[in-house]
Amino acid sequence: MSTIVLLLITGLGLGALYFLVASGLSLIYGLMGILNFAHGSFLTLGAFAGWELARRMGGDSWVTLFASMAAGAAVGAIVAAATEFLLIRRLYNRHIEQVLVTVGLALASVALFDGIWGTDPIYVTGPAWFAETTEILGARVPNDRFVLIAVAVLVLIAMVLFLRLTRYGLIIRAGVENRAMVTALGIDVRKAFTLVFAIGGAAAGLGGVLASHYFGYVSPQLGGSLLIFAFIVTVIGGLGSLTGAAVASVVVAVLQQFANYYLGGTGDLVVVLLLAVVLLVRPSGLVGRLA
Amino acid sequence: MKTVTKRRWLPWAAGGAVVAFAAILPFLNIVVPGVLPGATYTPGTLQLLALSLLFAALALSYNLLFGSAGMLSFGHALYFAMGAYGLGILLQSTDLALVPAMGIILALVIVAAYLIGALSLRVTGISFAMVTLAFAQAGNVLIRRNPGLTGGEEGLRLATANVPDVLVGVINTRNLYWVALALVVVVFVVVTWFEHSRAGHVVAATRENELRVRVIGVRPFVVKLITFVIASALAALVGMVYLLLQSGATPRATSADFTLTILVIVVLGGVGSRWGAVVGGIVYTLLDQRLTAFASSDAVAALPDVLRIPLSEPLFILGTLFILVVLFLPGGIAGIVGRVGDRSRSRAAARDRVEEAS
Repeated sequence: MSTIVLLLITGLGLGALYFLVASGLSLIYGLMGILNFAHGSFLTLGAFAGWELARRMGGDSWVTLFASMAAGAAVGAIVAAATEFLLIRRLYNRHIEQVLVTVGLALASVALFDGIWGTDPIYVTGPAWFAETTEILGARVPNDRFVLIAVAVLVLIAMVLFLRLTRYGLIIRAGVENRAMVTALGIDVRKAFTLVFAIGGAAAGLGGVLASHYFGYVSPQLGGSLLIFAFIVTVIGGLGSLTGAAVASVVVAVLQQFANYYLGGTGDLVVVLLLAVVLLVRPSGLVGRLA
Repeated sequence: MKTVTKRRWLPWAAGGAVVAFAAILPFLNIVVPGVLPGATYTPGTLQLLALSLLFAALALSYNLLFGSAGMLSFGHALYFAMGAYGLGILLQSTDLALVPAMGIILALVIVAAYLIGALSLRVTGISFAMVTLAFAQAGNVLIRRNPGLTGGEEGLRLATANVPDVLVGVINTRNLYWVALALVVVVFVVVTWFEHSRAGHVVAATRENELRVRVIGVRPFVVKLITFVIASALAALVGMVYLLLQSGATPRATSADFTLTILVIVVLGGVGSRWGAVVGGIVYTLLDQRLTAFASSDAVAALPDVLRIPLSEPLFILGTLFILVVLFLPGGIAGIVGRVGDRSRSRAAARDRVEEAS
């Protein structure tokens, strides 16, 4: 029983990370039709920014943690918005070229991170409470999992409220449904494009800081390894659907944890198998329109 | 009419001349400072040239998939790795000779590509890209998690017991170079033949407008699957020769980064252009090798950090170059040459008109 609870909560924590990456990917794809390969780099950069700040502020206090989370989100948002503004916008409506530019950016940025911070993982420490465990139903659960889950839930709520209640949220939702119509009504969708990139980048940067605490280190490869699972999550959830991404993140991560424990470390293969089954049964994903 | 027939055989004659020249390179003493590490008859240079030819052949197979059929796959490295690792495992665990072993692996890859392709092709566009990526990732995990069979992170070493002696050892690098050259020619001919076949035309039509192909009454799924299987089988062939040339394979060959490298090569060369893919593969490999040498040179080490760090990362320079090509040179190398050709052709046409008028 305690093992199951531990696996479940760890899976939820990992799912929270997947969601922070996949939510941005899904929104960007839904609105603009771009598969953003540079998303992993936003995450890595956010993680490094958070680490650099924490190193300078010193101390493993909660203030440092929240400051580094804010820094990671801010850096992610700024870099993502700049990427959209400087590179993606020039290739308006040429989806393949847009994807190619993000591929180039991903390759170049990871190499640059290698050059600046080195290829070896850098170990990070959080507040002392992070290293402790809490006992739930007999399971000793590391505390950082709870922070991850709480942050991801807050981000999900904030995104849903933003999309439902604000004018820009309305434009983004309308743009996902039918971009041509929104443009025809005289609304400048391009601002929404930059905004969506900034939101996705902020979530990824935040995810980067949290991932560095979850895994215990930062490395230039951090983003790339999470990105592949985030891709799988977005396809399973249905491209362009935020709720789909949330559900699929949890399903994929929990399944991965259980398979790793009970089926001898086959978590990654089981996830790919799940992807194959979903594609056979529902090619448009769990909650998706036909992509 | 005369010009049409002339155009038809001219590129083939030029290609034949280039291949003939490439074939006698091991007997020549050509030194190109800054591009090649040594004279063309030395094993080190031949090794590099053979590697660049393999990348050219791999780029050709990917160009069939992406350029001709418009299928953006992020899992092409999987089939390359199946060829390299499959042959390596078969050679180390059985007593089969090289050629039958290659035949068995090729058959296995065709079956695997058929199954994975049939599943992946249920979706199109970006979803297809992600699904192929997921399968390649699964292959990567399998190879890294089974060190007993594949050598894990260390990589697999080629068991040379059943490999013909002429293909083993530094002294025989030029034989491997000729094998690589022959492979490029074979892949080029197969790809050209397929693109000019009926299936090739249908798949090109599907790339342009899938709905219209369906309306005409052709099922695009079948031809796309055939294209996928052919491109995968060719990639596996390249992987097998790669194993022989490098005397081993590493898990890097299965990674998503490796597929992205092939994609970068095809885009640099010019999407949809066969000789562009060949030139792209050769240019990329040489550039990669030279940039690595440049990065560790004293000139770079003496620079201030702001310049030194980016310049000491070859992949950073290549990535930036790639972004610039996508932004400013759509059509890559083939695009530049095509535009220059068009300009001189239209100038010639203008001159003809002037001569007719006078």
